[in-house]
Amino acid sequence: MEFVVFIIAGLLAIIGALGLIGFKNPVHSALSLVLSLFAVAVLFLNQDAQFLAAVQVIVYAGAIVVLFLFVIMLLGVDQAEDLSVEPIAGQRPIALAIGAGVLALSVLFISVAADGGATGQQSVTAEKVDSITGTAQSATAALGDNQTDGTETIPNIEQLGRTLFTDYVFAFEVTALLLTIAVVGAVMLARKPKGELAPLPVIPGRSGTTDETEELEDA
Amino acid sequence: MELTSTWYLVLAAILFALGATGLLVRRNPLIMFMCVELMLNAVNLTFVTFGNDLNDLGGEISVFFVLVVAAAEVVIGLAIIVAIMRRRNEATADDLSALRG
Repeated sequence: MEFVVFIIAGLLAIIGALGLIGFKNPVHSALSLVLSLFAVAVLFLNQDAQFLAAVQVIVYAGAIVVLFLFVIMLLGVDQAEDLSVEPIAGQRPIALAIGAGVLALSVLFISVAADGGATGQQSVTAEKVDSITGTAQSATAALGDNQTDGTETIPNIEQLGRTLFTDYVFAFEVTALLLTIAVVGAVMLARKPKGELAPLPVIPGRSGTTDETEELEDA
Repeated sequence: MELTSTWYLVLAAILFALGATGLLVRRNPLIMFMCVELMLNAVNLTFVTFGNDLNDLGGEISVFFVLVVAAAEVVIGLAIIVAIMRRRNEATADDLSALRG
């Protein structure tokens, strides 16, 4: 059953990724990105990461992709892009070669690692990780029998919450600060420059770079 | 066939390579950004897979923080793209040489 779910969700994720690369219209690309993200959320569920699956759908599909779509509509760049011309000679073959190289190296690495782990070393490493770090496990061990029977409905969220607010509470606070800074920065960057508040000269579209430097120097 | 963590890792590698290829092929900055998100997602999948495999909650904690950083990164990146596209319409990644990058 899990295998069937994996195959279907994995195929959908790959189809979504291919659509993201292949569609001419940015809106279609964003929608196929949603497909890919949903499929990855299903894979999270398949691996008992219920909280992350929910967060994946809410944050990625619900917020980030919608933000992308807002920007696409706002800028009016939702017309189709001409993909038939290749602007830089040899860009696509080189890009494909690099992509295939990344894939080949990753799969090679995984296969080497899988050979090492096939002889029952996985449980040994798991114990090692427990004994060495003991950070995440100490919080989960506090749950006692709750964790071992593994039949309760929401073990994952409870464990995650306990760990996040004990061992990783400082990092958690720092992410809050990061998000605040990001919001302030976004407001600053996207503010419409008007009057004397605009420090940059309006650069004429599609002009060469030399003109721009002269304008900048004049100003 | 038995579902091992290797399957998930290979799928994550495929998604990562597709994202990298898209980042290099496409010239629309928005789509390049979406490809970066896809690569981040592939890495999240490996985090969850290893966390599940080693029975360690650290993997899922890492994914949580990656999600937060990705959200902040998208907000700032899109704001920069909006600011650039206001000044010059139809900018592709090749036209953005004003910063001398």
